[in-house]
Amino acid sequence: MSSLGRWARRSRPVFTVYMPTMPFVFFALFPLYFMLVTSFKTNAEMYDVNSVPFWIGRGVTFGHYELLSKETYFWSWFVNSLMVSVAASAISVVLGVLAAYPLARLKFPGAESFGVAIFITYLVPPSLLFLPLSTVVNRLGLSDSLWALVVTYPTFLVPFCTWLLMGYFRTVPKEIEECAMLDGCNRFQTLLRILLPVAVPGVICAALFAFTLSWNEFLYSLVFVSPAELKTMTVGVFSELIRGDIYYWGGLMAGACIGSLPIVVAYVFFLDYYVSGLTAGAVK
Amino acid sequence: MQLKTLNGDAAKVAVRGDGHARALSDVLVGDAAVAYTFVAPAFFLLLFLVAYPFALSVWFSLSDARVGDAGSFIGLDNFRRLLTSSIFLQTLQNSIVFTTLALGLKTVFGMALALLLFRITYFKRLIRGAVLLPFIVPTALSTLVWWWMFEPLYSVVNWTLKHLHLVNHDIPWFSDAYLAMFSVILVNTWRGLPFFAITLLAGLVAIPKELYEAAESDGAGPIGRFWHVTVPLVKPVLAVVILFSAIFTLADFNIVYVLTKGGPMNMTHLFATYSFALGLQSGQIGQGAAVSLFLFPILLFVVFVQLRVVRKSTTYE
Repeated sequence: MSSLGRWARRSRPVFTVYMPTMPFVFFALFPLYFMLVTSFKTNAEMYDVNSVPFWIGRGVTFGHYELLSKETYFWSWFVNSLMVSVAASAISVVLGVLAAYPLARLKFPGAESFGVAIFITYLVPPSLLFLPLSTVVNRLGLSDSLWALVVTYPTFLVPFCTWLLMGYFRTVPKEIEECAMLDGCNRFQTLLRILLPVAVPGVICAALFAFTLSWNEFLYSLVFVSPAELKTMTVGVFSELIRGDIYYWGGLMAGACIGSLPIVVAYVFFLDYYVSGLTAGAVK
Repeated sequence: MQLKTLNGDAAKVAVRGDGHARALSDVLVGDAAVAYTFVAPAFFLLLFLVAYPFALSVWFSLSDARVGDAGSFIGLDNFRRLLTSSIFLQTLQNSIVFTTLALGLKTVFGMALALLLFRITYFKRLIRGAVLLPFIVPTALSTLVWWWMFEPLYSVVNWTLKHLHLVNHDIPWFSDAYLAMFSVILVNTWRGLPFFAITLLAGLVAIPKELYEAAESDGAGPIGRFWHVTVPLVKPVLAVVILFSAIFTLADFNIVYVLTKGGPMNMTHLFATYSFALGLQSGQIGQGAAVSLFLFPILLFVVFVQLRVVRKSTTYE
């Protein structure tokens, strides 16, 4: 009797916690699973109304991936996304570090208003500014070039990086910094030698998020760059694999899989940084 | 505060030797200069690529600018025309429905998921990681699979419903106005739920255990503890998450553009997609800019409330 009671007590979380969590996990993962499965399915099976859609019943094919490689600029899109994301993230992290330091540490006239300005731009959605920005990009002579993206992505990345890094810099005790300055370091050296090493997790987190946000960006890329070979991953897959009324569903899914892969890999390795970056904006 | 301690130290150093003290006073005088130098790159970037485009957007909205034509000042004509246009009023209604329902779903299910994740002990990282995934994957690409799942002929959703004998015909997910709205709300919820859950989870973890124990010894059951301990303490985090998400849900472009392009018959257009259709696809930049500017008052409201919440919480510390 008592062993039954113990068993009931121990297994209670299975019913009250684990089983109710399963629908959420299923909801989150099923579309991604279905994306992967479809990308390896033959057209004959995919377009057969009578076959079970949940798994591959009639053999695996790499045809959709071949279609991507041979008949589209897929790998150019991949490289474009990579170059733009790396460049925009590098610029944004550097500008973010430089701006976050004085905002977190120094007192200067205008500090508070600039902090508020950073916060407002942090919340500006790209859909508010894409029309005038396309005019600006045109005037700078950057339209239909990847530079348009390298220049405009930092507009939403810099506020994010600055906001995130301000939080990290504030956690470094002031005394350490003061000691360094008494030993003859100037502000820049203090930032480089004292604050940055301590704030490394913050910098990694900012870089990861900047990369992810750039890689995932869609609207600016759609608007500013139109030649097929210059598109980024998200726009290329979406716009080049739907030709008129013909949808290359296998190719679309294959493109979506490879397009998500770099982010998923980064995510698996740096899960904790993603979680802390996600909550940094909201929980202070 | 900082200046004071530095001055105190400076006095001490002055006794030790001249050189150090001089360097330090130079540094102190230079603080504002250093600050401006460090902030300058970010400042000019935001000035030229956020503030200036914003001003430009306001100018566009007050002009009859078209693609390749700078246009001239026409006052509030664009706004007047929008407020009498049935498509715009439909967009306004869609935006309210979309944002309210998506936020409501994300709040309720996000809270539920956060409470579950909070109590999970085995496979914690794996389950959290899995649940967070939809937020990380590129939205434009993950929306493609939702499109494929709702595709009129080969929809896996319809296949399942038919084989469970819940329906006996294909459901037209994107050609029926209500179903199309349901689909975009569903995908938005799918993508945004992890943000709610993970952030609220961080809020839950921050609640001291003693409070639950105290409530329990006062005779509060699980439901009582939820309403009298969890809810009041998680409220500030919840408020910030909802406000934050309100902007980005209202301003959503990717999901609607990929899934329905605003259709059928403009029934799923939001500000962003309608502004895109007007400004870029039919070249009426003035009207398009006016539509997108409707996002701005909401943005200001959220900034205002958030800054007040942040200030409040810092004064309590």
